Parts: sequence; C-alpha cells; structure tokens
Amino acid sequence: MVEQNLLLLLVLTPFVSAALAATLPIGARNAEAWLAGLTMIVALVILGVLYPAVTDGQSITGTFEWVSSVGLDLTFRIDGFSWLFMVLVAGIGFLVILYARYYMSPDDPVPRLYSCLLAFAGAMSGLLLSGNIIMLVVFWELTSIVSFLLIGYWYQRQDARDGARMSLIVTASGGLCLMVAMIILGQIAGSYDLEAVLAAGPQITIHRLYPAVLILFVLGAFTKSAQFPFHFWLPNAMAAPTPVSSYLHSATMVKAGVFVLLRFHPALGGTDLWFMIVTGIGLATLLLGAVIALFRHDLKGLLAYSTISHLGLITALAGIGTPFALIAAVFHIVNHAVFKASLFMAAGIIDHETGTRDMRRLSGLARAMPVTAALAIIASGAMAGVPLLNGFLSKEMFFQATYVWNNGSFLDNFAPYVAVVAGAFSAAYSLRFIVTVFFGPPATDLPHEPHEPPLLMRLPVAILVAICLAVGIFPQQVLGTWLQTASFAVVGPDLPHFSLKIWHGVNPPLIMSMIAMTLGAVIYLIPRRVIDSGEDGTRIMRKLDFAHGFDWLLQMLTTRLPRLALRVLSANGLQAQLRAMVLLSLAASWFVLRTLDWNVPMPKIGANELVFALLWLVGGTCAVGAAWQAKYHRFAALVLMGGAGLVTCATFVWLSAPDLAVTQLLVEIATTALLLLGLRWLPKRDKEIPGDNNLAARARRSRDLLIALACGTGMTALALAVLLTTPGASVGDWFLRNAYVEGGGTNVVNVILVDFRAFDTFGEITVLAIVGLTVYALLRRFRPAPESVERPRPQLDAEEQALEAYLFVPAVLMQWMFAPIIALSAYLFFRGHDLPGGGFAAGVTLAVGLLLQYVAANVRWVEARLTVLPVRWMASGLTISAAVGAGSWIFGYPFLSAHAQYVDIPVIGKVPFSTAMLFDFGVFSLVLGAIVLMLIAIAHQSLRVARPSDTGKELK
Amino acid sequence: MELILALAIGVLVGSGVWLMLRPRSYQVIVGLCLLAYGVNLFIFAMGRLYVGAAPIMPKGGFVDPTAYADPLPQALVLTAIVISFATTALFLVLMIASRGVTGTDHVDGKERHS
Repeated sequence: MVEQNLLLLLVLTPFVSAALAATLPIGARNAEAWLAGLTMIVALVILGVLYPAVTDGQSITGTFEWVSSVGLDLTFRIDGFSWLFMVLVAGIGFLVILYARYYMSPDDPVPRLYSCLLAFAGAMSGLLLSGNIIMLVVFWELTSIVSFLLIGYWYQRQDARDGARMSLIVTASGGLCLMVAMIILGQIAGSYDLEAVLAAGPQITIHRLYPAVLILFVLGAFTKSAQFPFHFWLPNAMAAPTPVSSYLHSATMVKAGVFVLLRFHPALGGTDLWFMIVTGIGLATLLLGAVIALFRHDLKGLLAYSTISHLGLITALAGIGTPFALIAAVFHIVNHAVFKASLFMAAGIIDHETGTRDMRRLSGLARAMPVTAALAIIASGAMAGVPLLNGFLSKEMFFQATYVWNNGSFLDNFAPYVAVVAGAFSAAYSLRFIVTVFFGPPATDLPHEPHEPPLLMRLPVAILVAICLAVGIFPQQVLGTWLQTASFAVVGPDLPHFSLKIWHGVNPPLIMSMIAMTLGAVIYLIPRRVIDSGEDGTRIMRKLDFAHGFDWLLQMLTTRLPRLALRVLSANGLQAQLRAMVLLSLAASWFVLRTLDWNVPMPKIGANELVFALLWLVGGTCAVGAAWQAKYHRFAALVLMGGAGLVTCATFVWLSAPDLAVTQLLVEIATTALLLLGLRWLPKRDKEIPGDNNLAARARRSRDLLIALACGTGMTALALAVLLTTPGASVGDWFLRNAYVEGGGTNVVNVILVDFRAFDTFGEITVLAIVGLTVYALLRRFRPAPESVERPRPQLDAEEQALEAYLFVPAVLMQWMFAPIIALSAYLFFRGHDLPGGGFAAGVTLAVGLLLQYVAANVRWVEARLTVLPVRWMASGLTISAAVGAGSWIFGYPFLSAHAQYVDIPVIGKVPFSTAMLFDFGVFSLVLGAIVLMLIAIAHQSLRVARPSDTGKELK
Repeated sequence: MELILALAIGVLVGSGVWLMLRPRSYQVIVGLCLLAYGVNLFIFAMGRLYVGAAPIMPKGGFVDPTAYADPLPQALVLTAIVISFATTALFLVLMIASRGVTGTDHVDGKERHS
C-alpha cells in the first residue's frame, strides 16, 4: 500500500507545488526555485524507492476510486519504462529549474513560469503513470494546455501568442484523435485498463476497425511528437523561454508521442500497416528535419528542427518494432533528452550573454566563453553521433536496426540509405553550429559583450554533458541495468540479451556511420558560405512552408468559411427564419410519417357530441378571427384570442382534466391583463400600413396561408391518427398506481408535479423566475414609443377624481373581493395534493387578486397600504424548493425525494402533509412573485411616464 | 369527439402559424398564444380522451388505470401552460421596448424595403 500511495504522491506533489508556486510574490525567484527544485528532488527520491519494484518486468498499480459507475477510477501504474521516463522528467526538470533561476530576468513574473513548469511536470507524470487509457488522454491534453501557457509566457510578444496558439491547436486536435482512438480501443478490448488493452493486442490487430484506430492513434502521437506533416508547430514554439524549450520541447513533452507509440506497440504494433505508417513517417521526418536544420540561422530554430529529426528517428525505430529496435528507441529517448536539453541550455546562455541567437552574427565565442564552448561542442558531438559520446551508441543501434532485414518491403530496403543521408545532414548541422558560433574571428557587433555565465547557470549544462560522456564511454555500467529494466517493460519477457559496448568491431553500422560523418563534413564545408549567409532555407523549403499553410487553413476554417456560410445560409429577418423553421419541421414530419399506414377507422359522431362541436365552432371562429384581426384591431384580436382560450379551458373540463382547466382559466386572466397593460404602450394603428395591399404583400400572405393550412391539416391528421388508435401501456398507469402509495396524494397530476417529477418542476419555476427578472430588467430602461407617452384618451378627458368615480362600483367590489381571493388561493393550495388545485393555481390566483387591487385603485393608493415584494417572494420560493429538495440528502435520499403523511390539524381536520407540500409552497411563492413582478413592472410604467408628461415632454 | 378535437387543434395551429409568420410583433404574440393552445391540446390528446372519467383517485389501495384519465400528459400540459405564459410576458415586454426604441412594430425593428 505504501508503494501505491507513493505513486499517487508522485503525480499529486507537482500539482500542489504548482498551486503554491502561483501564490508566491512576483519577485521571489529564489523561493520559487527552491520550491520547484525540492519538488523534483522529492519525485526523484520516490522514484529511487520504487525502483526495486519495477525491475524484471514487474509493475505497481494503485487504484483510487473515482467514478466507478462509468468505469473511471484513478489508476496509476508504473513499470520500468515509465520509471525511466519519470527519471528524465524529474531529473531534467530539476536541472531546468536551476537553469531558469539564472536565465529569467528579474523583471519577468517568475511565479507564472514555475507554476506552469510544475503543473507540466505533474501532467507529464500523470500521462506516464496513467493505468487507464482515458485518463492518459486527459493528462495528455493537460500537457498541451500547459505547453500553450508556457509558449505564450511572454504574451506581450506577437510571435509567442501565435506560436502558443498554433501548438495548442495542433497538439490538442491530435489529442482529440487520440481520445477517439482510445475509446475505440477500450471498446474492442472491453476495458479501459491499460494492461487489459495491451494484453488484447492480437484481438485488436485483426479487428475491422484496426486501420481507423491506428490512424487516429498515430495522428495523436505524430502531432505531439512533431512528426511530418505536423512538425511546423515545434519551431514556432521556440518563442517560449529557453528553459521551457529545453524541458518541454526537446526532452519531455514532445517525447510523449513516441512514448505512446512504444507503450501501445504491444496492442497496435507488429503489422505491415504499422510498419508502413510509423516507419515511413518517421524516416520522412528524420530526413526533412535534418535537411531544414542545416539551413536555419536561428540557434533555437536549428535545434528545433534537429529535435524534429531525432524524434523522427525514434518514431522510425518504433515502427520497425523488433526487440532490438525498441531497445534502441528507449536508449535514444534518453540520450537525445540529455544532449538536446544541454544544447538548448547552451543556446540560451549564448542568447543571454550576447543578446542574439542569429548564427550569422555569432562568431568566435570560444575565446570569450571557453567553458560553455567546450560543453556545447561536446553536446553537439553527441548530437552528430561522434564516438565516445552517448549519441553515437544509439545512432549505431539505429543504423543496425535499419540495416538488418525486417520484412523486405520497399520501405525496408530504402531505410538504410535514408538513415545515412539523414546522419550526414545531422553531422553537417552539428558541425555548422560548432564552427560558426565558437570559431572564426570574434564577433564585433553583438548587442552585449560576451562573457561566461554564472557558475550555477552553467552547472546544469555541465552535468548533462558529463552524462553524455559517461554514457558514451561506460554505457553498460552507467545505463545498462536501467535500460534493461525499461526495455523489459516495453518488449516483454522475450527480451534478447544485450550489452551496450562501444566497440563492436568493423561492422556495417560503423561503416554507415563513417560514411555519414564524412559526407556530413562535405555537405557543410563545401557550400559553406552560401549556407552561412543565405536566407533561411532554400527556395523550395520556403515554398513548402507548412506553418503558412496552417495559418491559411485556420483562417479559412475560422473566418472565411463561417462568413460564407453566414452569407449563404442565414435568412435575413425574423420572418424568413421562422418560415424556414416551420417549413423544415413540416418537411421533417412528412419525411418521417410518409411511410405510415394511414388506414385509421372513420370516426363516429354521436348526437351527444353536438354541444362539443358547437363549442369548437365558436372556438375555431375565435381563433380564425383573432388571426384575421390582429393587425389592425388589436383589442378585438385579444378578446377573440381569449375566447379561444376559454373554449380550450372548457375542453379540459369536458375531458376529465379539472387541474388543467383551473390553471388555464387563471393563466388566461393573467395573460389578458398583461396584454392589456402592454397594449397601453403600443400606439393605436390609425391608418393602413403603406404597401400593405400591393401585389407582393398579397403574394406573401397567400404563401404563408398555404404554409399555415398545411400545418393545420398536418396537425389534424396527426392528432386524429393518434386518437383513433388504442393506446398501449402508458407510463401514466404507473403514476396512477403509485401516486397514493408513494406520493401520498390522490390528485395524480399534482403528485407528479411536486413529487415524482419535482425536478422538472424545479427547473421550470427557475425559468419562470428568470423570465420575471428579465422582464423587470428590460423595463427599467424602458423608453415608450413617443406616440404613447401621452395619457390614454379617456384619461385625458377626465380628471383623476372623475376616473375613480367612473370605476367606483367595480372598484369597491374588487376591494371587497381581496380577502375572498386570498382565501380561495389558500384553499386551492391546501387541497392541491388530493383535489384539483396546487401551487401553480394558488400562486396565479393570489397574483390576480393583487392585480385587481391595482386595477381598482391607483397605484400609489395601493402601494401606500400594501407592500408587495415580488422579488423576495421569488427568492424565497426558489430557496424553499431547493432547500426541501436538498433536505432529502440529510436522510440519505436523492435530491427532491418526498415524504408524505396525513397530519391532523385542529379545526381544519385531517390534511395531507408531505414534504412535497413544502415544495409546492415554494412553487406557489415563486409563481406569485414572478407574475406580480411582471404585472407591476408594466403597470408602474404609467407612473414613471406620467410624471414627465405632467411637467412637459422630456422623453425623446 | 376525436374528429372535433383534431379539427380544433388544426384550426388553432393553423391560425397560430399564420400569425407567427406575419410581420407585426403583436400578430406574432397572438400567434404564439394560439399555437400554445393548439399544442397544449395536442399533448393532452396524446393521453387519449376520457369523457367523465374520475380525475381523482380514491384513497389507498390499487386502482385500475383504465378507469382514470391519463395523468402524465396533464402534468406536462400544466407546466406548458405556465411556461407559455412566461414566454408571452417576455415577448410582450420585448415588443413594447422594441417599439419604443425603433419606432416601428415590425418584427425586424425596421420596415421592409419595397
């Protein structure tokens, strides 16, 4: 268990430190470096403790429960391979942190840098140690995001922002591909557990989705590891501070791609397709990166392309996939991380001390900074593959792997030649780096006078170079056992015995290596002047600028295509949009229903339905009349619409739905009152709208009439078709059976609303509250139409006094009705659970009661006597509902579980009481508040406008 | 009964859709209300029609569902009524505010150019 917890600690510590680092003061460079450095040391110590448990193919797995219900647990797993990788992350991380302490200027906000570096270390650890393939993708994307933040560290610079965005888009899109691949992999293997997936290899490679999975998978790996044709983001990421480039973009993050290639080799590898894609792309990248690197003048640009090239080398080895090639791949991952990190740091030192990274300006630095020069020269030697350095050994192994017969395909035969040519270019650019920067006459026009950096800034470089030498001279003693452990985890138990040696005798790889070296010297030294002084790259390279292509694509996808789509697809104006929606839904319904068998029996019409028919004759006439009159006679249309509403209400009564009838009736009243209040602000239409009767307008109306007829007919047909078939088992039956037993009420509709489906109701009253507040907010800045600022005509004729006399009798009646309406509201509320009524109805009733008071007397009179605080009603309603719902958590039930029983209240008698009733009270309170808020907000406009209109028109 | 209700739904929806496609905002409001009636009746009708069925159950015990109206569409329609009220209110306020700001009651805030 201790080991499992250590594993968890390994992932969590960097994140905790990242949070701490973010909170330190801006200038605390030393504190930041100590915190981050200690974090890395803790990680290294933990790794040291864990080492005995990962040798000989063993692994440790720690599972921490997370969302077990969907098969997601926090599973961490470490084996020899991830252990070695972790040592790189923590070890190089430590050196980078030390280096960054001296590299960053005192003006830079270092907490952000260290915090992101630590978060990156955490994300990378998570990625390496994930035992669940979905979690692996999550950490994978996390590294992309942190990388984005780090590249954009100097966000005031345009190139930093562009580089950051480019790298995020490329690597995160790749991550999405990887996620899809992982999901499919998990489905094929039947588990998202890493070990299960790796064990399901034979099953995966014969699956029919294998090619798709493989392509998605390599898209993820290639974008991350900057493989052709996605390599372009890496040179652009060089806008990051050098410690970041050294850590993320050479040693660790870009290796994540090759890490998953090697990790998933047992599951996906070993097929011809794998060989063709992975080795093919790897070799292409190897060659391309090496050639371009030779022509870069920017030090970091050269190193970036060199990194791309070396990543291609590792990818090619992963593609070859023989045990020997896999060992070579692991070995080269380590070697490349060591020498490239040191080279980046050296480049950073040169930049720091001279003020430029342009190789056309740098020259003869060996005199000014001899130690740094010596270190950089050794590291470049390793990069070129010079004997007695670590790069030589793994490059020999690579040559060996390409040279031996693998599968005899064209690519396989071709590979050794590509390897030699790429090796030559690699030697050439290393040579160019050494010769131009450190030798020759001392440069005279540098921004700073070059000198040696502080000792501690040089120390990380020195340590890394010492490792290059140690591994290069005593490979078996220094790295042999660790490599054995790591390779065992990748290759499995049939790992061939191997021993790292410097001298294997004169064999083909050595000859290849010598050819490459010689050729490299020739390639650089002969056209030296052209390369040194020319532009970046040759003309063909500039033409094939992938970064520009990417920018063009991005511009196309995010700006031009959307604009085009907007121009082509969008409808101009609301009418056209609504028409499109109606037509689309018509078409969709027709498409779905066209195959339906319309053979329904003809309905019988009995004598007792005559009344119903008459009722709807009135209702239908009202509806059509409203449609006809709504343009010029708004008030008439409102009355007719109310008529249709009343007939609807009667239909509900007729068809055994008293609850609906009550609610519909009350809402009808509130709607009418609301529309009447609104009509006050809509100037009367006195004359015909110009052009309303010309041909075009008539044509539009006819077209819309046809659409409306089609909709109406369709709905009739649809309703009839459903009504005339016998229903199957309905969900409603379940509610009927259980309403009393479980909900404790006999009014099933109410029980559904406040108990079974209370969560829906909760959402709905929230919507109501939002609408109420929106209405209120919209009306606060209300500017009425200039024509309606004046008081309405009847009010202009009469004085205030006369108006009250005019409504005297109704006003008295309305005031008398106030108490009965409150009683009615309470009655509706309390009987709601057992009889028609409930919170909705009660709320609307009380709102109507309050509204009547406003109608009866003028607003000031009412508000002097009655304080209504609608917003508080709404707030308490929502709070009560939520609290009742949350209350069930205390008893261990899900949100909004109700408890019901009957309570004997003196005088009133037995009353059904349940927590659902409290919930219903919340509904009541909110409905009351929202409706009153809306009505009062509109009614109050008269007050606001009346004032200026008394003193003179100020509006507009 | 079924035929009449189906026709009623058709008339309500037809009138509603026609109004919804009109250019004046008040027409659209009335149209939405009519459409809401039609749609509410339609949802309600999906539970089939029960004339004279008891809407309220007796207390306790097992009941035979066929003797009662289907409560589920009713519950759905009840919430739909309240929500359609809320949309009407919102649209009404938008209408008068837009009339005040733009000086026209055309749904697009400007008269058609023709």
